[in-house]
Amino acid sequence: MSTQAPEAQEQIRGVGHSVRRKEDARFIRGRGNYIDDIRLPGMLHMAILRSPFAHAAINGVDTARAAAAPGVIAVVTGELMAQHDLAWMPTMSGDTQAVLATDKVRFQGQEVAAVVATDPYLAKDALELIDVDYDPLDVVISPQQAMAVDAPVIRDEKDGQSDNHIYHWESGDQEATDAAFASADRVVSLDTFYPRSHPAPLETCGCIADVDGATGQATIYMTSQAPHAIRTVFALVAGLPEENIRIVSPDIGGGFGNKVPVYPGYVVATAASLLLGHPVKWIEDRSENLISTGFARDFYMHGELALNADGRIAGLRTSLLADEGAFHADAQPSKLRVGLFHVVTGSYDFPAAHVVADGYYTNKAPGGVAYRCSFRVTEASYLIERLVQNAAYEIGMDPADFRKKNFIRKDQFPYRTPTGFEYDSGDYEAAMDLALAKIGYAELRKEQEAKRAEGSLWGIGLASFTEAVGAGPHHDYDILGLKMNDGAELRIHPTGKAILKISSKTQGQGHETTFAQIVAEELGIQPEDIKVQHGDTDNTPYGLGTYASRSTPTVGAATAMVSRRVAEKARKIAAHLLEVSEEDIEFTRPNFSVKGAPDKAVTIQDVAFAAYTNFPDGMEAGLEGSFYYDPPNLTFPFGTYAVAVEVDPETGVWHVRRMVAVDDCGVRINPMIVEGQIHGGLTEGYGIAAMELITFDEAGNCIGSNFVDYLLPTAVETPRFELGETVTPSPHHPIGAKGVGESATVGSPAAYVNAVIDALWPLGVRNIDMPLTSAKVWEAIEAAKAAS
Amino acid sequence: MEISITVNGEARTADVEPRMLLTHVIREEFELTGTHLGCDTTSCGACTVLMDGEPVKSCTMFGVQADGRQVTTVEGLADAGGLDPIQTAFQEEHGLQCGFCTPGMMLVGAALLERDPAPSEDDIRWAISGNICRCTGYMNIVKAIQAAAKAKAGTPAAATA
Repeated sequence: MSTQAPEAQEQIRGVGHSVRRKEDARFIRGRGNYIDDIRLPGMLHMAILRSPFAHAAINGVDTARAAAAPGVIAVVTGELMAQHDLAWMPTMSGDTQAVLATDKVRFQGQEVAAVVATDPYLAKDALELIDVDYDPLDVVISPQQAMAVDAPVIRDEKDGQSDNHIYHWESGDQEATDAAFASADRVVSLDTFYPRSHPAPLETCGCIADVDGATGQATIYMTSQAPHAIRTVFALVAGLPEENIRIVSPDIGGGFGNKVPVYPGYVVATAASLLLGHPVKWIEDRSENLISTGFARDFYMHGELALNADGRIAGLRTSLLADEGAFHADAQPSKLRVGLFHVVTGSYDFPAAHVVADGYYTNKAPGGVAYRCSFRVTEASYLIERLVQNAAYEIGMDPADFRKKNFIRKDQFPYRTPTGFEYDSGDYEAAMDLALAKIGYAELRKEQEAKRAEGSLWGIGLASFTEAVGAGPHHDYDILGLKMNDGAELRIHPTGKAILKISSKTQGQGHETTFAQIVAEELGIQPEDIKVQHGDTDNTPYGLGTYASRSTPTVGAATAMVSRRVAEKARKIAAHLLEVSEEDIEFTRPNFSVKGAPDKAVTIQDVAFAAYTNFPDGMEAGLEGSFYYDPPNLTFPFGTYAVAVEVDPETGVWHVRRMVAVDDCGVRINPMIVEGQIHGGLTEGYGIAAMELITFDEAGNCIGSNFVDYLLPTAVETPRFELGETVTPSPHHPIGAKGVGESATVGSPAAYVNAVIDALWPLGVRNIDMPLTSAKVWEAIEAAKAAS
Repeated sequence: MEISITVNGEARTADVEPRMLLTHVIREEFELTGTHLGCDTTSCGACTVLMDGEPVKSCTMFGVQADGRQVTTVEGLADAGGLDPIQTAFQEEHGLQCGFCTPGMMLVGAALLERDPAPSEDDIRWAISGNICRCTGYMNIVKAIQAAAKAKAGTPAAATA
């Protein structure tokens, strides 16, 4: 951390200050610039025809009537795309995905054709005039069905693909784990399904492709969390020279992982613009967003804990069945088939673990994205935290005591997990103690006992998560070979103001403020005086984008490092101005002063002016730099969430009485923004635990295709949150910060579910799969009663 | 067909198809893009505007239904005297993140405070229950509306302006 003159801290407002957000000025005036707000001269509008069937052969697509409809400029089919070798595109997981279907459709909602018209209403009208001749085929909607020997082969177009199996993946040490289980005193197991959900940002996906046929310049405005990666993928897909592609990601109305992948609509709009010589706009409607773009989870999980007689965990075994949908399009590091799921050992110290995972194709939408989490960490955290609670009860221990007995101790960090992570820092017991104190755990347990005696169902649930965020070190983390390193460029203007250009892309996280504060901390320039530019690939350094809580760990670090690089030159200029040697200069932000003579000083602003007006001979003019950061490790934020619920035994309705969240994300740059991120994550975690569900009927029809069926928490159901913090800095991050944007979505579902299961445990209920709708809770209560 | 709507105090006319949604009339014909479209099914409230002072969801109304009415959009919240207290409060209390739901949330909040200058937390939560926010968890939106209520109570002249 930098040194600042104490009296300057309040004025500079660097790290640790709840600076009001710079970006709000436009949003509160209705002057945000989201994708659908952009209008270009001569712009045409595209709408996509989607398959009504989950699995069907296509015998033919007749576009004659649509092509003749009012306002229609063109109808694009898979056949037309195939003529340009664009009917298929690569996915981020190294598979292929149909852009527009040619041979058959493989999920309901799959892209079949597109209409380009002068008006969006006319484009949609014409979709109804396209005649597609389908032959429905048998449908597969789960990995269990997919692995049956007589299951239809979904990806029959792939050479060598004779079944629906995609990958087998293992992590950890099977032999050591088997030995731990063989000598265990007791084994506790849990089978649970983490259902399919959808990030459902309030703004859907969309783009405007503007390809200039004369110059070959393609400017694509796109709702993208990862504009640079998308540019490179586009260069690879379309064969366009990368210098001619400019991706501009404007203001984004929420992402949560949904806006990481490349979607067929982007490719078709770009091809249409190229062919027609006009800008082409494509904006999804809500149903298109929910039925065809990046879903989340859909993991069937089996977990077993081996326990010693003293209540210590000796080993963990897990096996997963992953439903990947019709195309394997997960957005995650290339080498890791189920992302960072192997962080499943969680916050606990034990010697052996083994993870086995198998992925399958099904007739469902592709694109497993991490809905507000780091690459499958949510599923992992849920499994271990559910298992730990059940294990505690099985051996008659309080779940808080059981966790404490098994926590990795503060003095064990850096800690090497049995699946190969090196946790950077932690103090799990301190976070838990604070959560227990804040919620009044001991009193709650007494209250619960009294309520139980009266026949009321009160429950208390805990989750002590550890997340793995900030991918990542170049030797382990890449997407399609692109290393997950990110850049920052900083230029100080003559008047002492600055522009910071970063490779990440905010979707509401407040980057324009937070990253300015990092520069403020390092150089002593106020955040107000620093413009943060992002989202435009022509005007920002390369990097892999914003998701998986990686912006602060990677771009935040790059911002600190580039500021230090600039400070080195500033020190030289200060020495020149003060006529002393560089070694005699002290930098107490914002002042460069002569050691031992603090009155002899110049400010960073003076230095900036001199960088363009009065620099020493032999020095380049200007004050700027760039830095690409290769993180030495991931960062590992953690915390304990504690939830108190009451369940109505007659209806299964449950409500949250208290929700305490203690997070430790290391140093907090802007505490106000960090707390806002935690509030949001706790709410999405609650939604996942209580109501958010994308499911399918036997014919593969998506249930959850609009906000009437896909339920999101409103202000009425959402719990009131009580936050707490502990601060354990990351030892390897330049300012000690860890990622935090997703901790609460990762950690909280298990806390809510554990609370409900805790309430129902005496009845004999051991598990209910999410979402815990009142109907499912009621059924579990009734089934338990019937069994007793 | 020709429609006349008073938008943010200004008389506007447009020649629109009867099927054109009010959201699109506001966004495309009047070029006021602060009104957003989030769900198409009246569920999320991103498209909320005030019609004759009452919140309505403009994605499930036709533009022609607003003929002859007064419509206020987010662009009409501030006046020559500056920002509405609700706008200041949303920024001060960190009541927004991505900003997409914010126009609808602020308009619902402003309409609530017109009706009830001192709402309880439950009143506020019910008032905004037709508006979904995916980012904030509503905590700071509630705080912002409470802060705006206080600000308005403290400056009666501003409240009646």
